[in-house]
Amino acid sequence: MPVLTKEQQDYKRFAKNKKPKPPLLKNMIMAFIVGGIICTIGQIILNFFVSRGLTPGQAGGPTAIIMVFLGSFLTGIGVYDKIGKYAGAGSIVPITGFANSIVSPAMEFKREGFVFGVAAKMFVVAGPVLVYGISSATLIGLIYYLLNM
Amino acid sequence: MDYVMAFIVGGLICLVGQILMDTTKLFPAHILVLFVTLGAVLSGLGLYQPLVDIGKAGATIPITGFGHNLVTGVIQDVDQYGLLGVFTGALRSAAGGITAAIVFGFLMALLFNPKSK
Amino acid sequence: MKKLGSQTIKFENPPSIIGTGTIVGPKEGQGRFKEYYDLILKDSIYQEKSWEKAETKILKEAVEMAIKNSKVPTDKIEYLIAGDLLNQIVSAGFAARELGLPFLGIYGACSTIAQGALLGSMIVDGGFAENLVAAVSSHFCTAERQFRFPLELGNQRKPTSQWTVTGAGAMVISSQIQNPRITFATVGKVIDMGEADPNDMGTAMAPAAVDTILRHFQDTGKTPDDYDLILTGDLGSIGKDIAEELLKQKGYDISNKYSDCGVLIFYPEQDVHAGASGCACAAVVTCGYIYKEMLNGKYNRVLLVATGALMSTTSTQQGETIPCIAHAISIENL
Repeated sequence: MPVLTKEQQDYKRFAKNKKPKPPLLKNMIMAFIVGGIICTIGQIILNFFVSRGLTPGQAGGPTAIIMVFLGSFLTGIGVYDKIGKYAGAGSIVPITGFANSIVSPAMEFKREGFVFGVAAKMFVVAGPVLVYGISSATLIGLIYYLLNM
Repeated sequence: MDYVMAFIVGGLICLVGQILMDTTKLFPAHILVLFVTLGAVLSGLGLYQPLVDIGKAGATIPITGFGHNLVTGVIQDVDQYGLLGVFTGALRSAAGGITAAIVFGFLMALLFNPKSK
Repeated sequence: MKKLGSQTIKFENPPSIIGTGTIVGPKEGQGRFKEYYDLILKDSIYQEKSWEKAETKILKEAVEMAIKNSKVPTDKIEYLIAGDLLNQIVSAGFAARELGLPFLGIYGACSTIAQGALLGSMIVDGGFAENLVAAVSSHFCTAERQFRFPLELGNQRKPTSQWTVTGAGAMVISSQIQNPRITFATVGKVIDMGEADPNDMGTAMAPAAVDTILRHFQDTGKTPDDYDLILTGDLGSIGKDIAEELLKQKGYDISNKYSDCGVLIFYPEQDVHAGASGCACAAVVTCGYIYKEMLNGKYNRVLLVATGALMSTTSTQQGETIPCIAHAISIENL
């Protein structure tokens, strides 16, 4: 970070009080409700697979696939960003939000072509998630391996 | 009961994300990265499975559950294949979700265009 | 000498604005100045294949409208001075390709219309041209994907964020003598008060506007009483409050005649958070509302202080603070 002069620091303090704060309580309530609803839908799908004879562990996979499809589809038809406007983290944190982060840049950059546009931009947000998710899981697996040697 | 717990646990995880977004300068991408890593670490420490037992889909649907899923897979494969499992477990376990995200992502991009604002 | 003080120009033969053209998107068309625009688009893609093409098209058509309204034949237009927000100012370059006018591309972020008008006025007053066009464009959809997020990403906009205006504004500046005229111009310095949040442009830009306004008053010896309206470009509601307060601290109370294009252009219920921004923000207000109300005599002396944030996505990601600029032009009925 650049070092700020005293004048800049003074301005920062002065301007800080002028900035409106996000409506935290309202946002928290919305995130809780929408996040809760999305997870409840997930639970309905999960229970459906369990009722068809899968164990809860096995049902996780198909549930994730269907949730990803729903997130992708709602993004495609232009609904997911409207949910996100009100729900904030409530629709970002669930796996449907992960799907949204893949579909939205993929659609957006179609005009830049199918290689450098759609396929490359698809991972703008999802790429980092995969990189850190897989790396941390692998590191944990390595530690687990070493501890159990 | 499943549904109530899924709602509460899932809602609470999202609520933590919202607090982070509104009180820090973190972008949604940062939140997703943070949560997936957090899920993996908690899972490694054996702390995430109890949350899954309580919240079911409420703990697996948020992106923290994705981290947990990756770690569960790695540990299973290490038990089965040893060192090789360190490298195969994560993606094997999450294969469905990741493949679905890529394929549906590509398909939706073919079918739809972003709406004018 | 045509120079006053350290940063201000007094035009000897103040160039005239003899015609303007404005085009805006549908959201702007529901805003406060809807009667003042020449064309309101029904869809911001404007029957084009991409938003970038749409932006080029509205810029080109706004220039053509301005020329038509000025009644100067196109072959008598000697320069097109234009800019926009996209990388390498492609909207301006591509519009100029269609228009076939000698082209000077400029970049001043959202201050570009004032920069274009002051450079154009220097060219005309200097005798290097009789008629030229200054024009800018911006487009919500092109700016959003360049500077921020894909449109369909389900993120939440911060309360400090501003909405990029979809639109284009153009003015024909001429040596013909008719009102309104550009009488003074103050070229701003780049001011950086250490703000680094790309979701809060108003706070970053306000000090630049204040610096230029103070310099304008000091160089010209004018006071706020010499103007009917002092108008900043796109500080938005937060930046406007800050600018007003900073000026008051310096002894200039402009509150009764001060407004900001970014605050005015949309109604508060249009959900644009802190207000509007973009090159077109100051441009469509100036070329639309201000120009037409000056012709009607509602305003006779307006100081336009267009503001711009000179950062890029790269500089933001590298954690750089935001350098900002403001250029002022006096538009007066003489």
